[in-house]
Amino acid sequence: MLLSVEGVSRAFGGVKAVEGASFAVAAGEVHGLIGPNGAGKTTLLNLVSGLLRPTAGTIQLDGVRCDGLAPHRIAALGVTRTFQNIRLFPQLSALENVLVGEHLRRRAPLWRRMVFLPSAAREERAARARALELLDRVGLADRAAEKAGFLSYGEQRRVEIARALGSEPRVLLLDEPTAGMNPAEVDSVARLIAEVARLGHSVLLVEHNVPLVTKACHRITVLDFGRVIADGAPAEVMRNPAVVDAYLGTRR
Amino acid sequence: MEALLEWWLTYQSAVAFIGVNALLALSVYATLSCGQLSLANAGFMAIGGYAGALLTLHTELPFALVLAAAAALPAVVAVPLGLPVLRLRGVFLAIATIGWGEVVRLALVNWDYTNGALGLVAIPQRAGPGVIYLCLALALFVFWRLRGSRAGQALEAIREDEPAARTLGIDTTAYKLAMFAFGAGLAGLAGGLEAHLTFMVAPSGYGFSRVVDMLVQAVVGGIAHFGGPVLGAAFLTLLPEALREVSRVTGMEPGPLRLLANGLVLLLVILFLPNGIVSLPQRVREWREERRAARALVG
Repeated sequence: MLLSVEGVSRAFGGVKAVEGASFAVAAGEVHGLIGPNGAGKTTLLNLVSGLLRPTAGTIQLDGVRCDGLAPHRIAALGVTRTFQNIRLFPQLSALENVLVGEHLRRRAPLWRRMVFLPSAAREERAARARALELLDRVGLADRAAEKAGFLSYGEQRRVEIARALGSEPRVLLLDEPTAGMNPAEVDSVARLIAEVARLGHSVLLVEHNVPLVTKACHRITVLDFGRVIADGAPAEVMRNPAVVDAYLGTRR
Repeated sequence: MEALLEWWLTYQSAVAFIGVNALLALSVYATLSCGQLSLANAGFMAIGGYAGALLTLHTELPFALVLAAAAALPAVVAVPLGLPVLRLRGVFLAIATIGWGEVVRLALVNWDYTNGALGLVAIPQRAGPGVIYLCLALALFVFWRLRGSRAGQALEAIREDEPAARTLGIDTTAYKLAMFAFGAGLAGLAGGLEAHLTFMVAPSGYGFSRVVDMLVQAVVGGIAHFGGPVLGAAFLTLLPEALREVSRVTGMEPGPLRLLANGLVLLLVILFLPNGIVSLPQRVREWREERRAARALVG
């Protein structure tokens, strides 16, 4: 398993947002994480990306323990993410946003640029070319020079995905990438996710849109009140009575 | 030719002070460029000024090495100071760093070796416009090469959204600390230069108002580009020269008049040019376009 979460808990004071959650994401798979509002999905993503530390449990990436590491270290291990409430750098252009996403891949130290070494310029050209390629992949090559803050909502979401792909992550965490999108935009995001998986990135997808999740995911984990209540292939999970209860309520 | 020489003799010191103030404004800009409002730079300037003065008075070191030490010492001190205080955000960082400035100033007031509040005098004048502008050019070169580089873009990302930058693999603490130390070095360099320009150093020269001056110059010039702080420093250093005439005609005291004018300039810039003087050409273009659009509408 590429990413494995074992017995992870996180409490905020007395509130247990995540309680003993365990699941694993296989290499090259799209793994869905669903659950009603307040189930702890975003908290779990924050735990995996290092923005929060778990109060108990372990998280491993390819056998390397990464819970408790600083976010930039976890990113260096190969986990990047997008945010539910889009967090682009609004004053930077779409291209620059993706270039920042390539931070971990760009290696030339600053002194080389200070003394005008050609190798630094070469690397910069390569990084720009690659950023443009990523923007092209999300269908925004023509918007590269636009300030991210001026892009439409759907465009911003896609730039954020391109930015997260900039470091060639092994696992891409997507936090509700289709929130607030119209059906056509949802379709394009679904195609994008499939393409990302085909390119060899594993995806952990937090989503509310159940049809999208059942279509896009190889495997689904369902959270309710911070606990895992079901885990498996989409079709079987959706038939699971506990899942139906969590989403629709129990018959009295 | 004669007139030019006379002009130079009159304004030589103003030109030199513009250079020193530009370095100071850039030192504040260094941390502002990654979103950190640090006001520690009067303290760092004091360390640089005193270190430079003591080295010149008590050793035979060449001036270049004295300046290097004046820049390096505060930069080194900035690292252990920065590690804890850079955990603070926004106004809390500002308050903590103001505290640092006061600590340095009060320590100097009570340090007998440097004559306490009187400070050190009779420092040989070694800094002229040539050296000062060489240092400024070096600083600007660094900012120019930083802009658009991997590190420069990382700094912009930190300014825009620090947690998001962290999740993309940027070691935000290291970058913030580096800019804090770099700013401290620039302030120390400016302190060393100023000490050898004005013959003296005294704690009163490094108080809270000094760091406010630096900040105002950076903001008035504009912090979207490293040219801004230089423009702001030039503008606000020359302003008293222009005000001298005003105070002669009106009979107002020059000191309060300067403060009044500084406040007024800051207010006007914040209201009408939020991105500073450096953004003036762009703003004028925008105004023109708006006027044209409005006229077309009335048409």
